[in-house]
Amino acid sequence: MKAIVTVIGKDQVGIIAATCNALSSAQVNVLDVSQTILQDYFVMIMLADLTTCSVSLAELSELLRKTGEGLGLDIRIQREDIFNAMHRI
Amino acid sequence: MIHPKEILETIQMIDQQHLDIRTITMGINLLDCAHPDVDVCCEQIYNKIVTSAKNLVTTGRAIEAEFGIPIVNMRISVTPISLVAAATTNAEDYVPFAKALDRAAKEVGVNFIGGFSALVHKGFTDSDRRLIASIPRALAETERVCASVNVGTTKAGINMDAVKLMGEGIKEAAALTESTGGMACAKLVVFCNAVEDNPFMAGAFHGVGEAERVINVGVSGPGVVHTALKSLGGDAPFDEVAETIKKTAFRITRMGQLVAMEASRRLGVPFGVVDLSLAPTPAVGDSVARILEEMGLETCGTHGTTAALALLNDAVKKGGVMASGHVGGLSGAFIPVSEDEGMIAAAQSGILTLDKLEAMTCVCSVGLDMIAVPGDTPAETISAIIADEAAIGMVNYKTTAVRIIPAPGTKVGDLIEFGGLLGSAPVMPVHAATSTTFIQRGGRIPAPMQALKN
Repeated sequence: MKAIVTVIGKDQVGIIAATCNALSSAQVNVLDVSQTILQDYFVMIMLADLTTCSVSLAELSELLRKTGEGLGLDIRIQREDIFNAMHRI
Repeated sequence: MIHPKEILETIQMIDQQHLDIRTITMGINLLDCAHPDVDVCCEQIYNKIVTSAKNLVTTGRAIEAEFGIPIVNMRISVTPISLVAAATTNAEDYVPFAKALDRAAKEVGVNFIGGFSALVHKGFTDSDRRLIASIPRALAETERVCASVNVGTTKAGINMDAVKLMGEGIKEAAALTESTGGMACAKLVVFCNAVEDNPFMAGAFHGVGEAERVINVGVSGPGVVHTALKSLGGDAPFDEVAETIKKTAFRITRMGQLVAMEASRRLGVPFGVVDLSLAPTPAVGDSVARILEEMGLETCGTHGTTAALALLNDAVKKGGVMASGHVGGLSGAFIPVSEDEGMIAAAQSGILTLDKLEAMTCVCSVGLDMIAVPGDTPAETISAIIADEAAIGMVNYKTTAVRIIPAPGTKVGDLIEFGGLLGSAPVMPVHAATSTTFIQRGGRIPAPMQALKN
């Protein structure tokens, strides 16, 4: 299963490191990364492969949320299907 | 990979524009629970609901977490209780059935259960009469049970005896729940052309043409449509307005379809329909009235409102229908006054009146919904309001409904607080001229020519 990780928040040192640490601790492979600064906000979008993920998606979601909370970031993970459904025919 | 802009757009819709799945509703057939003894029948009803829906809420929450899309309500609809209870020989009234439904709803954790219902568009069975007589107490003595009565269809005409009874029943329900502003009336819908697969409360029931169990999903997203229109600007012609609404409705509905299929798969229950209704909430930014105003009306209810609503309703359907495998339920824009921040403001300003709302119901989903009227409104006036709405539904081959609250002791200008999704209802004026003689006639209004299609 593939999922989209989005990280939104104030730019600071260590955002990518913290996010990737959390993902790698759960054996999640990152397939693609796109990052930009939008109106002073750091916005990163990752495509992640959950095939080898060692925890449930709900647990991973909670882990990422907590990781983000410590840095004042909004980190969420959602199944890729929802974006495909909404934006592709 | 999906473009980052599209991902952010979806997240903004969810975070800032109140995009959500309004309800996953499981329909459950209860016909096999019929039994001559009321206690046995109630026990069978309770057991069947609890067994069928034990995983409904946890499944909904899991889907919510994985897709990152809020699912506001998980609900249950059941076979109209007047049918299930018909075999029971020792029940003076049907309040025990309502209590069994309420217990089951609490056990599985759903916030509403619909189906304390009777279909009497052509006439009453003995069971229908007992159910209708029990509605006020059933709603006053339970928390989560919703009731509905179908009093007319295009095929059968309007049962005016039922219309009269419902006016009286609504008054009684209001009186029994005086301390909560007539809360029981917020859980009671009077229909014409009721549908069998509606996932929305308070009018949901599981029709007899339905499967043993079914999953129906209701989507929502007035805020998303509003934002899309806002970015379009004030000088775009209506062709572009309609196109923008269609595209937005398509996206919203695709999400609903995805969730419906996922819920159906996980629960092992067949998928029924996605209901394309645009359902508002009392939250700022989630209002149908504000969409109409965005089209260029100073206040919802002024001249042009019916045309704006007609366009909105049609475009929502056109966009949604391609996004879903099976569309059903009510599928259209809802205009519940107390549940829509813009409608509340428009009603309070005096520009949105009951008469205008009636006109609006000719071109959108359902009808006079969540409207508070003065506590001293006569039962016959309420019946006459129901008759008018039923006539609109009957002649136009569409579903119409009345959910009206004559809150005891209130007068025009008061605001009744229901809280939560039910919102707050400004008490609106009704005409003082009486309809008593009209309602006292009884009998049936014959089916219109539109019914004779064969």
